[in-house]
Amino acid sequence: MKKVLSLLLVGLFVLGVVGLAKAEKVEITYWQYFYQTKKDTINELIKEFEQENPDITVNHVTFPYENYNTKVASSIPAGVGPNVINLYYGWLPTYIDAGYLQPLSKEYFDPVTIEQEFFPLVQAAKIDDSYYALPTAVRSLALIWNKDRFQEVGLDPEAPPKTLEQMLEYVQLLTETDRAGNVTKPGMTVEVRGQMHHWIREVLVRQFGGVPYAEDNRSVTYNDQGGYSAFEFFTDLTIKHKVGKVGFMTDDVTAFKSGRVGMYIDGSFRIGTLNKLKNLNYGIAELPSHQGIKSNFASFWANGITSHTKGKELAASIKFLQFLTSDKAMELWLQKVGELPAKPAVALQEKNANHPQYGPFIKGLEYAHATYFVDEKAQRQVWIDAYDLVRLKEISVKDAVDQAAETEQKVLDKYYQDK
Amino acid sequence: MRNRFNKLSIQQKQAIWAYAFLLVPLVFYLLIRIYPAFNALYISLTDWDIISADKNLVLFENYAKLYQDRLFWKTLGNTFKYVIYGLPVNLLLSFLVAYNLNKLRRGLGLYRTLYFIPYMTSLVAVSWVWRWLYQPLPLGFFNNILSLLGIAEQPFLLSPNQALQAILAPTIWVQMGFQIIIFLAGLKGIPAYLYEAAAIDGANNRQQLFRLTIPLLRPTIIFLVITGTIRYLRIFTQVYSMSFQGDGGPLNSTKPLVLYIYNSAFQRFEMGYASAMTIVLFVIILLITLFQLKVLNKND
Repeated sequence: MKKVLSLLLVGLFVLGVVGLAKAEKVEITYWQYFYQTKKDTINELIKEFEQENPDITVNHVTFPYENYNTKVASSIPAGVGPNVINLYYGWLPTYIDAGYLQPLSKEYFDPVTIEQEFFPLVQAAKIDDSYYALPTAVRSLALIWNKDRFQEVGLDPEAPPKTLEQMLEYVQLLTETDRAGNVTKPGMTVEVRGQMHHWIREVLVRQFGGVPYAEDNRSVTYNDQGGYSAFEFFTDLTIKHKVGKVGFMTDDVTAFKSGRVGMYIDGSFRIGTLNKLKNLNYGIAELPSHQGIKSNFASFWANGITSHTKGKELAASIKFLQFLTSDKAMELWLQKVGELPAKPAVALQEKNANHPQYGPFIKGLEYAHATYFVDEKAQRQVWIDAYDLVRLKEISVKDAVDQAAETEQKVLDKYYQDK
Repeated sequence: MRNRFNKLSIQQKQAIWAYAFLLVPLVFYLLIRIYPAFNALYISLTDWDIISADKNLVLFENYAKLYQDRLFWKTLGNTFKYVIYGLPVNLLLSFLVAYNLNKLRRGLGLYRTLYFIPYMTSLVAVSWVWRWLYQPLPLGFFNNILSLLGIAEQPFLLSPNQALQAILAPTIWVQMGFQIIIFLAGLKGIPAYLYEAAAIDGANNRQQLFRLTIPLLRPTIIFLVITGTIRYLRIFTQVYSMSFQGDGGPLNSTKPLVLYIYNSAFQRFEMGYASAMTIVLFVIILLITLFQLKVLNKND
């Protein structure tokens, strides 16, 4: 009997120790939207992170991009959700306002150091002196052109347009129509829903002499001659010059992938996707300048820590976030996803800045602007509607821009009213 | 307890068992349908935004905002456009097909199956296939045909003047499957001797159709009008799938109220406001249904 009892005790002890060891292993959850190369890269990073930190397990969950924001929001009242989360910087104000994210501990993420090390655009994630999220990578825009199409119409396939005038001239050459006058091979894509609203807002408006927003970002200022001329240039592409067609092959990436489009503007995250296509012979260049002005739009997806994360989970989440924003992670991210390192020290290394594919994007970062979105979806819709009004309802460019400015101002006012 | 149960009559026992079994779906129904409906009524009186913990009572503020919201009226108008353009065409086509199918002596089963297949297919799949059919050149099937005929390509889903009708076409096509089956059942239910009697009295085909068939189909028609109206008032999937990024565009020309509710609730997170719209839509559907029941049932 005694023997049995002692065996039982030993057994209990062993179980207890195993249990304790198990309890010490912390499990945290990471959420991001599904994008094949991003998912694979995060998995690779998690593997490495778990090797360095054997007491931490990271669950990686992805959701389709279309429903990602909804999924995140509806997880909140349900009381479930991640510890570390990847959010678009334009959504941060909403989530920070709602108390969903906690400010990053200044002990581990010192704002002064962040500002020294990261590109200035990362300051969009700073609210009231605290950073709420940090990116692994940033993105900018560039001109992507189809070398084969250039050759077909007699343009030098290695010489992309440098100015807007040249660009207009080239896209007219690159446009092909059938006998009935329908565009079958557009010179360029004109999808405002894609990256074009950024191109209009932060690039064209500035190049035509305007400024999109006031210094404090609280008021819209593109409703002046600069804004009108910029938008007129853009709407003329379809209305006057007929070099592009809305909805051509559903969206701009698909259209460009098909090889029918002469050139288009997209973000650095597309490199990974385009490189998978064997038959696509394309080049990447800096965005065309105008009147000597260069501009670009930069944005980022940032990782934040949710408010409900506390204690051991918080410590593990901080470690994970530090790992995600390390130089090593940025290097890997650039190679695998094609997004640019968020720290100039990593991005501007010789091999990256002169890289034929990343180079133009990285150069663009130097003069890029990140819009201080308060409601990215609504602020994007404003330009989609303005474009449709001009195109489909024959409303003048000036009226459409004025209307856009009025609507967007309301969005800004609503956010800033109690700030 | 057991004793008391044993003392009951057989009928009483049967009734108790019946209620016991009915309780299961009843509880389910109460939890899944009725409770959320009342909860929506409560949320519609708050400013809840789903992501923050606060849920402040604002009473009728959401309803007042609704009254002044141009987009609300526009989407409500669109919703009625779907009913007014869609349902009559839908019923007429379904009746014509069913009426002629009913005369078939052979192959009825085959035709019935063919017409019913779209109804069985996932609406999302149907919508996406049609979306591709509507594409501009060089992809779109319809535009390729137009181009072959030398006609200028049509924007279809990309035009505020054509998009709503373009979305209705596959909707009607899908709904026909259901309505034809119901019409056929109704037609088969009319006794043959009535037609024989009518023929002996010298009634021609036309008179038989308008004096006999249609009046006798009244219950079928009432059923289809009511279910059809409700279905069109709640239209969502097609519009969500067929407009770019599900936004009910271009320029909100295809956005029905249900999609606006969805956008408000799950994209802009205005739960209170969205709930207020849901309540309004509920009241509208209720009133229309009561009205239809009353008017269409008049002579009975």
